[in-house]
This record gives sequence, structure tokens and C-alpha cells, in this order.
Amino acid sequence: MTEIPEHLRKRAEAAKAKAQGAAGGGDAPAGDAPAAASGDEKIPSHLLDRGTAAGDQPAPAAGGPAAPTGGSGPDGHNQRLLTVVKSGSIQDTKATPQDKVHVWPHLLLAEFLAALAVTLFTLLFSIFVNAPLLELADFNKTPNPSKAPWYFLGLQELLTMFHPMVAGVTIPGIGLFVLILAPYIDKNPSKRPEDRKFAISLMTVHLMFWAVLVMIGSFFRGPGFNFIFPWNSGLFFEL
Amino acid sequence: MADEKKPAGQALQEQLGQLTDQVQGSQAWSSIFRPGSIFRKGYNDSPRNRSYVIMNSVLYHLHPVKVKRHAVKVSYTLCLGGLSFFLFILLTVTGIFLMFFYRPTAAQAWDDIQTLQTAVGFGLLVRNMHRWAAHLMVLSVFLHMARVFYHGAYKPPREFNWVIGVMLLQFTLLLSFTGYLLPWDQLALWAVTVGTNMMGFTPVFGEQVRFVLLGGVEIGTDTLLRWYTLHVLMLPFVVVIFMAIHFWRVRKDGGISGPL
Repeated sequence: MTEIPEHLRKRAEAAKAKAQGAAGGGDAPAGDAPAAASGDEKIPSHLLDRGTAAGDQPAPAAGGPAAPTGGSGPDGHNQRLLTVVKSGSIQDTKATPQDKVHVWPHLLLAEFLAALAVTLFTLLFSIFVNAPLLELADFNKTPNPSKAPWYFLGLQELLTMFHPMVAGVTIPGIGLFVLILAPYIDKNPSKRPEDRKFAISLMTVHLMFWAVLVMIGSFFRGPGFNFIFPWNSGLFFEL
Repeated sequence: MADEKKPAGQALQEQLGQLTDQVQGSQAWSSIFRPGSIFRKGYNDSPRNRSYVIMNSVLYHLHPVKVKRHAVKVSYTLCLGGLSFFLFILLTVTGIFLMFFYRPTAAQAWDDIQTLQTAVGFGLLVRNMHRWAAHLMVLSVFLHMARVFYHGAYKPPREFNWVIGVMLLQFTLLLSFTGYLLPWDQLALWAVTVGTNMMGFTPVFGEQVRFVLLGGVEIGTDTLLRWYTLHVLMLPFVVVIFMAIHFWRVRKDGGISGPL
């Protein structure tokens, strides 16, 4: 894998031979750095490179006496301190580890059950309630009232109050534009409800505005799109 | 085990075991299931296997191995985003079924629906499901948006995902609206007439917008073909792309927001 520099290999071989000669050395500290000192190709190459770069100048002076004759290290090994890495500098230890759970089963099970519930609800509802299919489309017979799909009934309701361009384009256009830009308008960094009273009130008013309009358009508008009470005049609403 | 008393049962069990080993050791099996998949060696509940369920299945595209503990609380999300996605799948499945029996022309559309409801097995049921699921999806997407707003989940770093989400809401409405015309009954025709008249009031190029949408100056068989193509192909295609970005950003922005 990596090419071991000549002087290191020689030193390691010498050390190995010496260790075999005196097999009974102390074995307790040998476990500390077996990979670094054993001389096999277990030293990470980048460490080796750094070691040789740093050791180029002092190597003849320091390595000369150390390699063949030293014998001072445990188990006959000679070790050199390359660098000291403090734990904080490369390990990014967070002060508060996040409390996490496995997606399986905790999340997937909930998702599966929710999907099952919705499927069952749709199925049962579809068994008992039929989707409307009125008579064939006829351009000569305008139903009274003519209503848009329920989610557009708020717009249709606005049409009774404003010029069509204001009701159909300007107001929903501005509403949508502001909605899209909400995260760029709302600079408040807090997510806690008690810090966001204004944003929450504004959104609630906005949602209620449309909800009320849709309700009125759906249930309180009869023939001629005139205002009616459904409990007096009946329901003019198809889904 | 009761089988251990009976030698015949034991032999059968051994044979079954051998067969299982053979199947699980075959090249075909190991080419289908990734190393570490629970289908290679069976599943027993351990933290490692819990991770493998996600890591070695296609679900890894959607979910990380672990999420924040509060993120699995149903009371936080009410499952609304996931259910919107699920309803989209349900609508795709039921919609494909409906496509087999439907021709988008003014002369045939209504008759096809009528035939579907009376002469096709489960035709009425599937059409009902498609319709109700569509209304439900509009509702769930809308509620999902409200939920996200009230949790302040659109705040940095999730601003752009909010923008994508509002787009998805509009595409959902458009999908529902284009589907509204297809039965070609009185409800469809006049609801769409009201809707497209509104769009005709777009300033400057209102007439052109209306012309493009209707494929002519008034609603007709060209409109039906146009809206059918939008409904079954173009809008779903766009929605799938936006959903992919939406889900990807959920994970890239650090999972779902909160806790408050």
C-alpha cells in the first residue's frame, strides 16, 4: 500500500530482530502503540509522510543512535512523539447530544397506521357517498346558481363585492405573493408562540377570512348567488 | 415446539431450512437484496437491524436512519404532510384505473363515466375514492401549510422549502380544478365556466390566458383534451419534481422543525 521509507524499515527490522532475541520484555506497555511501531504497513500514509517530512533533518542525528543500539523503549521498540492532538481540536463534541429515535419502527409505524386510517376512511366514505354526476353538460341550460369548486368559492364570493379584476386577480395575487414571501418578511427568529403573537394573529385572520368566505359561498348563496340561509332555503352545494 | 416431538415434522422443518438457505444463498436473491438487508439473514430486533431496515431499502431516499425524538410525535405534525403525499399516491392509483375507461372528448366523456359507474366492476367505488381523496388532499395540503406556519417552521433555514410548499399548494388546486371538468356534466361545465371567467380578468393579457386555458374562445372538446393532458400528465409530472425537492430539502435543512 504505502512505500515505507528506507530508514524506517531498517530501523523496524532491527528492532524486530532485537525483540526476538530478547523475547521476555515487558508486555504491558506494548499494547499502547502496536500499529505505529510494528513496522508492517499499518501506519497511515499521511502520518508516515508527515513523520518523514518532519524527521528529514534530525533523522541522521537522532535516528542513528536510536535504531540499532538504543533498546531503551518497551519491548525493544523505539517511539517518537510526532504530535499531540488535543481532543477538542479535531473531535466536534456537541455539548448537548440530540435525543434521536430510530425511524423504524417509531416513525414508519405511525406513518403506516396514518395511511391505513386515511385509506379506510376514503374507502368507507366512498362506499356510502357517491360522487356527483349531474346530467350531460349543456351550454343552453345555465344552472342557477352556478358555483365554482368549493376552494374557489371564496374568490367567487369576492366577485360579488369587487370589480372582477380586483376580486379574481389582485386580491388573491397579493395574498399569494405575501404568503410566498412570509419567511423573508417575518424576521423574528423565535419559533415560540408567545414571541410571535403578531404573525400568528395575522395568519389566523388571513385563514379565517378565506374560510368564512368559502363557507358563505358554499352554504349561504342560493339562486342568483343571493344570500340565503340553508335552513330556510335548502342547500345549493355540490362537491 | 410441537414439531420437535414428531420426526416427520422435524424432517420437514430441516428441509424447509435447507430450502431457505438455498434461496437466500442464490445469486438471484443476493442480487435483489443489498448486503445487510434484513431479507438476507432475517430480522431480529436490535439497534443494528433497525438501522438496516432503512439503510438497505429504498426508503433511505425518503427517511434518515434516525430522527429527533419529538419528530415522531403525531401531535406535532398530525401526519399532514405525509398524508398529503399518500393521498397523491392513492389518487395516482385510482386515477390510472379511471384512465382505462375514459375518453376525453365532449361526445364520449360523460357516457364513459356513466358506463364506468354502471357496467365496470368497482368503477363507481374507484371514481368515488378518486373524487373524495382529491377533496381530502386539498384540505390536508391546506392544513399542512397552516400547521407549518403556526410552528414557525418556515424560518431559516427552511425559507425556500416554504416557497416550494406554497407552489405545491397551488399545483394541488390546479390538479383538482383540471379534474373537475373531466366528467363533462353540468356541474363540471359551469364550475369551470365560472373559474375560467375569473382568470379572464388577468390584467393586460387576460383574454390570451383564457384562450390558452380553454384551447379556444369557449369551453369545448378542445378544452377537455387540454385539461385532461394537464390533469393526468403535466401537472402530476411537475408536482412529483417539486415534491422530490420538497422532501430532499426537509432532510437537508435538518429534518422537521421544532420542538417549539
